[in-house]
Amino acid sequence: MKKRLLSIVLGVAMTTTLLAGCGSSSTDSTADSSASAAASTAETTSTAEAAAGSTAAVDTGADEGKVLNIQCWNEEFKSRVEDHYPGYEKDSSDPNKGKIGDVTVQWTITPSDDNAYQNNLDNILPENADASADDKVDIFLMEADYAKKYVNSDVTMNVKDLGITDDDISQMYDYTKDIVKDSDGNLKGLSWQACSAGLIYNRAAAKDVLGTDDPEQVQEAVKDWDTFNETAAKLKEKGYTVTSSANDTYRVYSNNVSGPWVQDGKVVVDDNIKKWVDDSKKLVDAGETGTYDLWSDDWNKGFFPDGKVFCYFGPAWLINFCMQADQDGSIANQGGWGFVEGPQSFYWGGTWIAAATGTDNPTLVKDIMLTMTTDETVLKDIVVKDSDCVNNKALLEELANDDSFQSPILGGQNPYKMLAAGAEKVDMSNISDYDQGCNEEFQKAMKNYFEGNTDYDGALAQFKTAITEKYPDITMD
Amino acid sequence: MNKKSKGTSVKVRRVIAYVVLILLSFLCLFWFYVLFINATRSNSELKMGFTALPSKHLWKNWINLVGGTLPVVRGLVNSLIVSSLNAILCTYFSTMTAYAIHAYRFKFRNVLYTFILMIMMIPNQVTALGFVQLMQKMNLMDNLLPLILPSIAAPVTFFYMKQYMDSVLSKSLIEAARMDGAGELMTFHRIVLPLMKPAIAVQAIFTFVSSWNNYFIPSLILHKDKIKTLPILIAQLRSADWLKFDMGQVYVMIAFSIFPVIIVYLFLSKYIVGGVMAGGVKE
Amino acid sequence: MKKKSKVVSYNKWGYIFLIPFFVVFTVFQLIPLITTIYNSFFENYRSGLKQIGPNFVGLANYGKILTSGELWKYAGNTLIVWLIGFIPQIFFSLLLAAWFTDPSLRLRGQRFFKTVIYLPNLIMASAFAMLFFTLFSEQGPINSILINMGILSKPFKFFSSIGATRSLIGFMNFIMWFGNTTILLMAGMMGIDTTLFEAAEVDGATSTQIFFKITLPLLRPILVYVLITSLIGGIQMFDVPQILTNGSGDPVRSTMTMIMWLNKHLYSKNYGMGGALSVLLFIITGALSFAVFKATDTRESTY
Repeated sequence: MKKRLLSIVLGVAMTTTLLAGCGSSSTDSTADSSASAAASTAETTSTAEAAAGSTAAVDTGADEGKVLNIQCWNEEFKSRVEDHYPGYEKDSSDPNKGKIGDVTVQWTITPSDDNAYQNNLDNILPENADASADDKVDIFLMEADYAKKYVNSDVTMNVKDLGITDDDISQMYDYTKDIVKDSDGNLKGLSWQACSAGLIYNRAAAKDVLGTDDPEQVQEAVKDWDTFNETAAKLKEKGYTVTSSANDTYRVYSNNVSGPWVQDGKVVVDDNIKKWVDDSKKLVDAGETGTYDLWSDDWNKGFFPDGKVFCYFGPAWLINFCMQADQDGSIANQGGWGFVEGPQSFYWGGTWIAAATGTDNPTLVKDIMLTMTTDETVLKDIVVKDSDCVNNKALLEELANDDSFQSPILGGQNPYKMLAAGAEKVDMSNISDYDQGCNEEFQKAMKNYFEGNTDYDGALAQFKTAITEKYPDITMD
Repeated sequence: MNKKSKGTSVKVRRVIAYVVLILLSFLCLFWFYVLFINATRSNSELKMGFTALPSKHLWKNWINLVGGTLPVVRGLVNSLIVSSLNAILCTYFSTMTAYAIHAYRFKFRNVLYTFILMIMMIPNQVTALGFVQLMQKMNLMDNLLPLILPSIAAPVTFFYMKQYMDSVLSKSLIEAARMDGAGELMTFHRIVLPLMKPAIAVQAIFTFVSSWNNYFIPSLILHKDKIKTLPILIAQLRSADWLKFDMGQVYVMIAFSIFPVIIVYLFLSKYIVGGVMAGGVKE
Repeated sequence: MKKKSKVVSYNKWGYIFLIPFFVVFTVFQLIPLITTIYNSFFENYRSGLKQIGPNFVGLANYGKILTSGELWKYAGNTLIVWLIGFIPQIFFSLLLAAWFTDPSLRLRGQRFFKTVIYLPNLIMASAFAMLFFTLFSEQGPINSILINMGILSKPFKFFSSIGATRSLIGFMNFIMWFGNTTILLMAGMMGIDTTLFEAAEVDGATSTQIFFKITLPLLRPILVYVLITSLIGGIQMFDVPQILTNGSGDPVRSTMTMIMWLNKHLYSKNYGMGGALSVLLFIITGALSFAVFKATDTRESTY
């Protein structure tokens, strides 16, 4: 145990020094880096003591709260902390409790179904400062689609105020920071995941139609939307649909918009979103894609060869967890997928850790946030054990060149190079507080247009109605 | 001659009746047959289209479901608690209310009676908004009480009880009990309740079933997994989550919330159908 | 004198026995109803973490709902879907009830048939809707069966067709309720004095004539009951379309019922609009119930 911890300390110190050395930076910044390296070494040491289970008081902030409340919507982050945070002890009698030193960790899991998770946060966060010490929320988790809602509010703490510096998070991808920056540019959350995504293609279909399943040549056939649509027509001749549903490409278009959904209290349909509508309508009319809801049983038919779907769009977790690799006969099971960048870069998913204003455990919160999102040993451990694609440039670089990270689902391809390159390109500076509702309702409304039950204007009118129901304060015209 | 043509017409009508009945029975049962078959099949088998014969994955699907994220057993227990208490409280207090109107002559009696009949028309959904706000104020969100207590005031059950009481409970019977020196509460418990047993049984079943199936109000009140009832868990099967990708599990979950009711019903059907009829006659 | 006071003391028990009902009614229905009405005059909603209002706006919420056309659209949807279910429901219920009670037919297996047709009434509407959603999905078993039988050449997208989605909802309501109605009507028919039928038969009336001239008129009270309860149930229609369409009411909101719309406002915590809509629904329900009550019933004694 001690040995492993020592290696953590060394690892962190070394990487930091290494990076400082690599950078062609001025002496000033090198000095900064080594200072932060020293700081982070000290940091890790204190955790090391905690983990070693020494009887000495753990540095969780001696005069700070005795209960650490964490709000989340599923088990994901909890299991990450349980498995990877040094010094975390599970409570054998209550699965939603644990201990770090003498601080009790209380997990509150509210599922996101029917918006219950956000409703719960909306009720408790504004009153967090006045809540009794043991009930104060210390950490809560967010997803990108609604992160701005909390980020642009006082209920979320600026990570600077916790003592987290830019150097601490220099290895994170910019888009993961953009998503959790408020309108003044203050960073309010951190993520350990980089969910950049790409196009996952059916190798057999590629061979059949394009004559090759080599990633570079397949990329040529899907390099932009025009080429992508031409390829769709070719696929159709051989009985394949290019995607399972028009909704598959939605994220790709919507991640590459030129402005946010809501500008000055008005909803604006971006040109790239409109392009999604036009492209998709053509594809649907030509029978080159379907209109299924994502995650429906009809949508995932293409995970099996009989579904005759050429590609899905998604990140590493879609490949690793969703494509039913454990089921006999699925394409994933036979290693029949390939991975390329696709027409435009995008990301999908990810969980952000935020500190709630009013927390009475700032020291511990800071340490959890930093350890879980920046400690390279922890992150590498997460990659190996949980197959998350982590938010660390240096580490992804390393994985991309490591043959042991070839994916059997992808027929031996190593996806990390693509994922790392993709994560650099994702630009999420245009998200708004209203993204979740707008994206959901827009796809729902357009489905009616694609299926021929109404024209574009009719679908747009339905979208407007739905949006004003959801957000009565915004207008359409 | 006349008699003979009448005989054939009866025969023809009988054949038509059987055909229609069999057809309707088919429409009632077919879905549950498909449900049963599919609950026994694995996800990859389901992908290959429908077969008429069951497969052997029922138990495995069930294990996967119970081991998954949906707290189905917990949901069953919650549903049972809410529905049983609803049935008991609703029938007991509705009988009491009906008895108050039926047996006593007091000022405002007619006004109150008409009032109850009027509020029978108020759909639950109309007051849902205020209801949820009030429950928030009373700190009863994520609590089963808001789903149980309101059943004490059930105008529809009251109406049924009142109708039934009109036909079985005569003034003289109550008078006789009073002569014997029975107190009013005693009369109610010893004379009225036993006399109302058939009506209580029917209404208990109905209340149980409607509460068992209730979705709208619980969906507004219950958000924590531990406290959810079955219909809410069913609705969650449609929300996006890759964990629910296994259609075998989805079918088992639906089967789990349907088949126990069907089995209990098959045992009680004689009483249920008879009870509905008995109630109907009295109206 | 003494006797009178005794009667009075009995009668006070009338009030006592009414207490539980009225206390619970006041807390769980009357207060919510009043706050709902009160809310309807205010602008009061949540947008993200921001709370807007409550600001008094008078009848503005009502104005918005009544002029937007949305309400009428969803009222129309509700009515259409209800009729799709109710027409076959009342038709087959009358037919079956007449057959079951016709002694000359001597149908066998009555108990079996009654058990079977009543069964769907006990099924959880949400589970039934979820079942239909999976059965009728594009890759689902119904399409698979229809293709195997050669009726379809490629899967039919039930939930992309307005007619098919509405019909499915109506059909489910029909399947769930016709057994119940049949049994209620049977009870009514069996309550009719059999000598009336015998007299009619002696006079040479056909069974069709007997049905229309004797059974139906005498059945009126129970038909009124069925109609009113079914109508109120129809206005409250929620579970089946909500789960079948995942709350969207698609295609093009053609299956969105009034309660589903109300649910959308509750969901976004728009208490002002939700309140106004609730009050309107309250008025519609009351008016419809009253109209049906008056139109079909000449005399209704409360005793």
